[in-house]
Amino acid sequence: MNPNITLVVQGLAFFAVAWIVMKYGWPHIIAAIEERQAKIAEGLAAADRARQELADADARVADEIRKARSEATAIIEKATQQANQLVEKAKTDAIVEGTKQKAIAAAEIESMAHRAREELRGKVAALAMAGAEKILKREIDANAHKDLIDQLVSEI
Amino acid sequence: MSSETAPANMTEYIKHHLHHLQVQVPGTEGQFWLLNIDSIIFKLLACVLFVWVFLRVSRRATAGVPGKLQCAIEMVVGFVDGMVRETFHGRSKLIAPLSLTIFGLVFLMNFMDMLPVDWLPAAGAAAGVHYLRVVPTADINTTFGMSIAVFLLIQYVGIKHKGVGGFFKEWFTAPFGPVFAPFNLLLRLIEEAVRPLSLSLRLFGNMYAGELIFILIAVLTLGASLEHFSTYLLGVGQFIAGFVWTAFHILIIVLQAFIFMTLTIVYLSMAAEHH
Repeated sequence: MNPNITLVVQGLAFFAVAWIVMKYGWPHIIAAIEERQAKIAEGLAAADRARQELADADARVADEIRKARSEATAIIEKATQQANQLVEKAKTDAIVEGTKQKAIAAAEIESMAHRAREELRGKVAALAMAGAEKILKREIDANAHKDLIDQLVSEI
Repeated sequence: MSSETAPANMTEYIKHHLHHLQVQVPGTEGQFWLLNIDSIIFKLLACVLFVWVFLRVSRRATAGVPGKLQCAIEMVVGFVDGMVRETFHGRSKLIAPLSLTIFGLVFLMNFMDMLPVDWLPAAGAAAGVHYLRVVPTADINTTFGMSIAVFLLIQYVGIKHKGVGGFFKEWFTAPFGPVFAPFNLLLRLIEEAVRPLSLSLRLFGNMYAGELIFILIAVLTLGASLEHFSTYLLGVGQFIAGFVWTAFHILIIVLQAFIFMTLTIVYLSMAAEHH
């Protein structure tokens, strides 16, 4: 273990290797590493971008769905309203029609009752005259006693 | 008992395992001019493996989906780059690749310790190589060589960031101001000397101790024969000890590589900063 000239040789060998590594090896490796680092950074950035875009698209889709849903709700509401209106209108129409029919029927009844009364009155006048003829045993001149008969008829 | 009957054998074994394969540089004399061939060869193997794998991956590096090997290299590169960015203020094209080289090389050399301690020396012996130590970082020459390289880089980075004038002025003025110039210089010299020493001795000590413990575990059944009952007990003991120490050593080899790298970054960062 005595130091001898070997150490000079060893030192020179070491220098030579260090020089070769520095000159021919190291730059390639470092360049490759740095290039890959750049690539990886780029890839990560792209992934981030894609994730952001996906989130945006998702938000857009959700927005669209919400909009469509609210539109559908509005349409349904409108339809319901229209249906209700139709029903209401039919109801009022029916009521109006019914009332009209009732009024017509009432007028008819009225006129028929009136006619019946008039007829009855005429028959009563005739009956009264017949009765009076029988009582007077003679013919009454209907024309001569028209006033009287009319008075009688109106009193009935 | 084998271990009782063969103490000389045991000493021989350990000594043999701690002996480098050495050659004298031609035309020289003395201890200093010995070359530890085994350390150099295994270090060069580690260098070649590291450079080959790293360059292969970096050539084919794509920004697309990476392969498993590219992924692994990128993780280490990213980790080292992050450490340098955190610790070293101000950009430098040198620091991060240098740190990666330190980490990779030290780890690969430390990893030789994971191989069973007798395999490669035995293979070497079969091939006619009598001494072989396979862990370069358990040789102080390797660690010291690297720490001296780091030491030179510290000076270089200091001069580059502060200029020659600023760099040498700091020797005399920091940290106590120009009045204490000699004291500052002394402190600076000690600091500069201690750094490569502590850096190399820490790694060397850890790996040397680790190797030694592997050797001691191997010694448990040294020269044992199947006729002795104790061989079976010691064999089980050796297996358990070897298993535990190997598992623990995984932690140490990574940690030591990491420490060497981190301290280098810190030293270089300090050298670049103004005091």
